[in-house]
Amino acid sequence: MKKRIEDLTVTGNSRLAESFFVIKVYSSEGLPEIKPGQFVQALVTESPSTFLRRPLSVHDVDPATNTISLLIQTAGPGTERLSRLTPGEKLNLVYPLGNSFTLPAKGERVLLTGGGCGMAPLLYLGRKISESGVQPHFALGFRNRSRILSHKEFTSLGPVYLSTEDGSEGHRGFVTDIPEFRNEPWDRVYCCGPEPMMKAVAALCRSREIFCEVSLENLMACGLGICLCCVVPTTSGNLCSCTDGPVFNVNDLKWQTSG
Amino acid sequence: MADLRIKIGPMEFRNPVILASGTCGYGAELEDFMDLSELGGIIVKGTTLEPREGNPYPRMAETASGMLNAVGLQNKGIDYFEKNIYPVLAKYDTHVIVNVNGNTIEEYVELSRRLDLLTAIPAIELNISCPNVKKGGMIFGTNPASAREVIAAVRKVYHKTLIVKLSPNVTDITEFARISEGEGAEAVSLVNTLLGMAIDASTMKPKLSTVTGGLSGPAIKPVALRMVWQVARAVRIPVIGLGGIMNAEDAIEFILAGATAVQVGTVSFINPRSGTEIVNGIEKYLVEKEFDSVSRITGIINRN
Repeated sequence: MKKRIEDLTVTGNSRLAESFFVIKVYSSEGLPEIKPGQFVQALVTESPSTFLRRPLSVHDVDPATNTISLLIQTAGPGTERLSRLTPGEKLNLVYPLGNSFTLPAKGERVLLTGGGCGMAPLLYLGRKISESGVQPHFALGFRNRSRILSHKEFTSLGPVYLSTEDGSEGHRGFVTDIPEFRNEPWDRVYCCGPEPMMKAVAALCRSREIFCEVSLENLMACGLGICLCCVVPTTSGNLCSCTDGPVFNVNDLKWQTSG
Repeated sequence: MADLRIKIGPMEFRNPVILASGTCGYGAELEDFMDLSELGGIIVKGTTLEPREGNPYPRMAETASGMLNAVGLQNKGIDYFEKNIYPVLAKYDTHVIVNVNGNTIEEYVELSRRLDLLTAIPAIELNISCPNVKKGGMIFGTNPASAREVIAAVRKVYHKTLIVKLSPNVTDITEFARISEGEGAEAVSLVNTLLGMAIDASTMKPKLSTVTGGLSGPAIKPVALRMVWQVARAVRIPVIGLGGIMNAEDAIEFILAGATAVQVGTVSFINPRSGTEIVNGIEKYLVEKEFDSVSRITGIINRN
């Protein structure tokens, strides 16, 4: 799919939880095909200390209205500015970027797991999996009850198993502590979240020989494979997480040791 | 219409805008955003004899009006380049230049000799200014005797256009430009990145795995512009100016200071079609100022 640079129009901005926002943007040119796992590079204006674009996960896509939902967690002046976008403003994107998750075959049992802002791409992935005729299950982890994101949207696609670190909702602990995760015979696990979580999920999947793909969120400059800054060590050497990823099969990554 | 053509050695360029090495991959990565044939040329990724993995992650830190990188010349080596990349590059309708690196003079020479044989590569950019490698790179470009030795050795085996990329991390950059000219280079390009560093106060750790890295972006533009102006007055060979160019106006400033051509680098990370936008912006400027060619404004500030 051809990448493009385009001014999209903000049509909505809703705060999901403390420091988490969903920005909806509309393409007057008509959206290109966007695959689950792909991301955008957003230009931040009116933030003098922000020099580079900000990579954002595609949370959801509505082809009928040519609208993309982008999940943003504020972490500094750049994302702060993005969180204050108001309907009618333009947001310049370079997109769609990166590879995508591998969709399951019919009849496979699939679990989509993630935590915090990292679960952003799992909603759109779940939607695509559901459209392909496979039932997605979700195991989502959050710090506490007030940090739970997009619960209603996930529930509309399939069973959701929750964990919170303080036990204020769902299972107390991390996603890997959720009984359904540990005990059900999953054929595929897709994961996006903080690195310690992904490593723990990868270790669990490897020990049970479950196909597992993770989506990395490495620090990047270009998103196009030209700066070579976002590399990840793999069995094929250092690869760009922006173009060779962000989705990798855990067996190709060289972080198998811990977890 | 204004005439944008410029000459470097025996080469004629369609216009003075060239994509800088390490910021345009091998060209194909930017083809969705622009027509490479609308550019003066592209300088592809820094290449070495042997494959290199580069430095460990993290290799990048955003800074005020710029960024630090510590990539460390990650590339697949000349064998892979000849077999898999060169056939693609040979089809481009723009000048494709290769940025040449080595740990030793022998490696620079051997790589240059191999590239001399590739007919679709009309020039090399001798990189004696990479700040992110333990051997070679900037070590050659910050010592006059070493610079002279490596340029002279490459000149003996390389028969096409030789551009020497200079480091700004020296006391007097004109000395290195004069050495390049004296050893027979057709042009110099400057500046490579400025050595810098960044620390994360919250984790109390350096932001780069290598601690130090190369600073690029608008933060370095005034320094680069000053050095281009100094070098343009010190040598007769063409100067290719780079360092923090974000738009046509920045590029024009380098040309007014004495640059025959410019390279567009870090801005491609933010606006991947900036190369052709800058070409169009330079032409518009010339038309508005009623100059019939870009050569009429080259070094204009030095003429009185």
